[in-house]
Amino acid sequence: MLINDGIPTKEDLAKVTPTEERLAKGPVSIIECFQKIPCNPCVKACNRGAITMPGTINDIPLLDDEKCNGCGLCISLCPGLAIFVVDKSYSDEYALVKLPFEYVPVPEKGQYACGLNRAGEELGWFEVERVTSGGKKNKTYTITLKVPQALAMEVRNIKVGGYK
Amino acid sequence: MKQVEILVVGGGPAGLCAALSASSLGAKVLVCERDDLPGGQLVKQTHKFFGSEKQYAGDRGYQIGQMLLEKAKSDPKVEIWTDTTVLGIYEDGVVTCEHDGKHVKIKPQRTVIAAGAAEKFLAFPGNDLPGIYGAGAVQTLMNVSGVKPASRVLMVGAGNIGLIVSYQLKQAGVEVAAVIEALPKIGGYLVHASKIQRAGIPVKTCYTILEAYGEGKVEGARIAKIDANWQPIPGTEEDIKCDTICLAVGLSPLTELCWQAGCEMAYIKELSGHVPITDDYLETTVPGIYVAGDVSGIEEASSAMVEGKLAGLSAAASLGYGVEAAPGLQKEAMEELDELRAGPMGERIRLGLEKVAAKGGAK
Repeated sequence: MLINDGIPTKEDLAKVTPTEERLAKGPVSIIECFQKIPCNPCVKACNRGAITMPGTINDIPLLDDEKCNGCGLCISLCPGLAIFVVDKSYSDEYALVKLPFEYVPVPEKGQYACGLNRAGEELGWFEVERVTSGGKKNKTYTITLKVPQALAMEVRNIKVGGYK
Repeated sequence: MKQVEILVVGGGPAGLCAALSASSLGAKVLVCERDDLPGGQLVKQTHKFFGSEKQYAGDRGYQIGQMLLEKAKSDPKVEIWTDTTVLGIYEDGVVTCEHDGKHVKIKPQRTVIAAGAAEKFLAFPGNDLPGIYGAGAVQTLMNVSGVKPASRVLMVGAGNIGLIVSYQLKQAGVEVAAVIEALPKIGGYLVHASKIQRAGIPVKTCYTILEAYGEGKVEGARIAKIDANWQPIPGTEEDIKCDTICLAVGLSPLTELCWQAGCEMAYIKELSGHVPITDDYLETTVPGIYVAGDVSGIEEASSAMVEGKLAGLSAAASLGYGVEAAPGLQKEAMEELDELRAGPMGERIRLGLEKVAAKGGAK
């Protein structure tokens, strides 16, 4: 369970996973933030107003996935590195997963990186579609990985180094 | 003897914010910092901070430290003495310190003690082997001195420090074998735990360290699962090969100066030890002595900054500075603290502070 090992359960994920219909429409954020902690930069990060926190800064952020266009701005602005973007509209075979990354070396576009799930288990080698720097101050990279459709909700990290 | 209006002991997040808020009302401040670089624990916090915009959320800890330090350095009313250890505080209000290799006496009109905290240790066989560190020490080696501290680490404790330092070790290219935690639940923020789990570092709750072993240095540790009575469960022992064991088992408030000053103290377990009794404005039972940050109870750096702000305002206002502006600013700071502590993660602190209020002088 999340509280015992840090790995969100299926039930946890069900609460933040958009409908298949929404996922098929195009990129959308998945906010894997399940604990009430005092933190709210994600709300300010979204200039479409898709992320809200109805009460105090201790609330869990809510995503309006109709307003969210999956731009990914929130990924590198979440202090907890808990936001991902999934684009299942990429192709029949592949989906894109955008994830935050704060290790060196940073992979380059076109290289293959080993994808990891929420438990850190290896899921295979996937092409890096895009690498975006968060900038000098932010420093968090956003890595876009091309993964098989079936793994779009599984791949959440890449193994550091060994890129091919 | 150096005469000062407000002396701030400690140049960490609480101390720097106390100095800046006191000077903003017009008071002159001297900050005494033991280290050669002010900023306290902020200087080694490479992760982004939580909280809200008011506490610079989203910025990395060291960036916040730099920003506060630059503000303080460019403030003509704030003087900072680095490499300065405050040694004592006496009945007549004289504070002594070691500064520039000399024993220096200071006579402040008000004092804000923001001395911070020290890491707790853990008793287990082999805990005196070289290679056993407090997690904070390892973080200093890595992030301040630029030294790779280990090849493979066992982290003991899944509070925020254990989780964050594990992440930073991994970032530095150090392998972390596991994070073990005796409690059944992860104490730190779960987003930190999720972040290291998906990097391949297992977080194991209900586990304890049985012993560390090695010839002349740490070569490994034996760990085991524990039952509800904290007894190791036979058959669950595991051998972890590692060259370093990091202890992240909590902090104790550094209250020596408060004791010496004669502040009324109380043991409050929710605040992690003996803490001075304060009123709502963070003044202790000794008039003119204020506290802020971990010294008054272990909490996050974001709260330490706001406490520093409140203590600095209160100290300056009591000297007659900004008497019109102070009440509004103090109220704002109190509301900020309430907001940070309002959620379930703030429950322990709220309980501890209720006990402080019950014992003492909430005005």
